[in-house]
Amino acid sequence: MNIIIPIKQVPETSNVKMDKETGTMIREGVVSVINPLDLYAIEAGIQLKEQFGGKVTVCTMGPQTATKALKEAIAMGCDEGILISDRKFAGADTWATSYTLSQAIKTIGEYDLILAGERATDGDTGQVGPGIAAWLGIPLATYVSKIDEINNEAITVERLVEDGYQILEMPLPALLTVVKEISNPRLPTLRGKKKARVTEVPSLSAADLNMEESYIGLKGSPTKVVKIGYPKVTRGGKLVKALGEEGVNEAIDELMKFLEDKELI
Amino acid sequence: MSYVWTIAEQSKGKLREVSFELLSRGRKLADKMDTKLCSVLMGSNVSDEALQELIHRGADEVYFIDDPRLENFIVETHSNVLSDLIKQYQPHSILAAATSSGRTLMPYVAIQVSTGLTADCTELDIEDGTFHLLQTRPAIGGNIMATIKTPNHSPQMATVRPKSSRPLAADTSREGKIVRLELKDELVDDRVKMVGFRKDVEEFVNIEEAEVVVAGGKGMKKVENFALLRDLAKHFDGVLGASRDAVDRGWLPYPHQIGLSGKTVSPKLYICAGISGSIQHLAGIKTSEFIVAINQDQDANIFQLADFGIVGNLFEVIPKLNERLEAYKKEGK
Ligand SMILES: Cc1cc2nc3c(=O)[nH]c(=O)nc-3n(C[C@H](O)[C@H](O)[C@H](O)COP(=O)(O)OP(=O)(O)OC[C@H]3O[C@@H](n4cnc5c(N)ncnc54)[C@H](O)[C@@H]3O)c2cc1C
Ligand SMILES: Nc1ncnc2c1ncn2[C@@H]1O[C@H](COP(=O)(O)O)[C@@H](O)[C@H]1O
Repeated sequence: MNIIIPIKQVPETSNVKMDKETGTMIREGVVSVINPLDLYAIEAGIQLKEQFGGKVTVCTMGPQTATKALKEAIAMGCDEGILISDRKFAGADTWATSYTLSQAIKTIGEYDLILAGERATDGDTGQVGPGIAAWLGIPLATYVSKIDEINNEAITVERLVEDGYQILEMPLPALLTVVKEISNPRLPTLRGKKKARVTEVPSLSAADLNMEESYIGLKGSPTKVVKIGYPKVTRGGKLVKALGEEGVNEAIDELMKFLEDKELI
Repeated sequence: MSYVWTIAEQSKGKLREVSFELLSRGRKLADKMDTKLCSVLMGSNVSDEALQELIHRGADEVYFIDDPRLENFIVETHSNVLSDLIKQYQPHSILAAATSSGRTLMPYVAIQVSTGLTADCTELDIEDGTFHLLQTRPAIGGNIMATIKTPNHSPQMATVRPKSSRPLAADTSREGKIVRLELKDELVDDRVKMVGFRKDVEEFVNIEEAEVVVAGGKGMKKVENFALLRDLAKHFDGVLGASRDAVDRGWLPYPHQIGLSGKTVSPKLYICAGISGSIQHLAGIKTSEFIVAINQDQDANIFQLADFGIVGNLFEVIPKLNERLEAYKKEGK
């Protein structure tokens, strides 16, 4: 079973800076990690490989420094990493990103399954996974919490929706976006880290990937960021102390009044 | 001027509330451009009264594609249908709900019809002069608000969080056109089949669409103590949520987890107890209208975001609060 996992490198802290002009993120000087929600996809992929054999390839579209994320995934147990990197890809929105990744995946070759994270914690859209499936024209299941059955031809998955779990059956190759419930990510092992150090991570550019240039990067992105605002984090709410029995009663008096004023009871 | 569309959602023939929330958003945009608002519904077995309600809640027209093969959400077929309608009618803009289906359908359609899509918008407006849809959304864990537009493509598409807007009151004097459309066979993609539905999780709740959420964290100490919160939630007809620490301890199942790696909620009232307010947790509750927090640590981060905070021991506060709410209900005061 050959599995491809697109992962994203995201800033670790929430203290990211923005480029006011392009409305995109300034990545310099920020510690980057694998998008935490992609770890569940990586773990699910490695488990399938352990069960059925085959290989897990992680890929990412990003700057050269994103190689680090690929190496971390290899240290966890993935077999190969592919960096998709070109200045021309910069500033891509989810439309252009999913196009670029789908072209890269076609170049990577034969696959049975693509596993993506539910969403990236920086952009927070969850649109890239479904976008890749649409470009490739392969079946899609989002919010997958469990793989019930899988063989060489088909897969049955559970999809977490608002009122329960939808159970879907589809032929392979298919693309799944996964939620936390699907797996419990392992830590890299020492042996894995050694392997990651010696594994070559090839880098593919726009020219390598047969790209329609008008579909990539900032220029190929239908959406444009026109303004960035910084909302105030604190709400400046009321704080009352509930010390001792009387304190508790008084605090509850005030809370009841608050709830009444706001028509919440 | 071409129309504004909203995507209505149904479940077993019943319209979901979010369909009406989208109409109140869409109404404002359509009025600003002096155009019509159309609600698009894909499903089966939806009654005439339900379709009329879409008109009463703001739609000028309803397009209903009625077919048993659309009863369950299967992204491939639903996208084919919506893309086909878009090509035929060329709407100005489309608003869908940021639900498990809306968030799957719309990015798929965006590729099929080659246009942009902005996820999870909290504000929508029309730019004067250009009539571009201005789409404002939180990004990076709510640290910034980005306004996005799609200047050179159409339609302009956005998803909107459930509960982030109020439906309009039903106006039964409103009249509109209901158009029933047939599902074209060639649009049906039967590769993906729904083979079952599981709802066996105890008290499975849709916390993303709840009006009131009562959540507990590690400070609840043990699973039995969630009975306190269950009682509290009952007073508000609310549902239970939890921090990741509480979920990881198995006190509530994952669908109840709120935050970065769980659900984002936008209730009218969010009450939490024994939750410290980590950045990851706050990311999931920022769009709540009112936040009430109970924590014994007065420096807890949750108080930054609380509209009303009680510094105290939750095991003293909540039982008393439950008593008071009980009495309030009985005495009507
Ligand atoms: C990538 C990533 C994703 C994450 N995603 C999420 C997510 O989706 N959701 C989430 O919640 N977390 C998430 N986390 C975890 C998050 O960082 C915190 O660890 C978690 O939110 C803490 O949960 P808590 O507030 O219940 O526990 P704690 O931080 O331990 O807080 C417990 C609180 O209870 C209070 N308390 C204790 N006893 C009492 C009492 N008797 N009365 C009153 N108050 C009391 C304490 O003062 C304390 O403030 C994520 C972390 C990472 C790294
Ligand atoms: N630049 C990227 N490179 C590789 N995979 C990506 C990239 N951006 C997004 N993804 C994948 O798409 C998922 C959803 O991301 P997003 O739509 O940005 O929230 C992520 O969890 C990744 O699996």
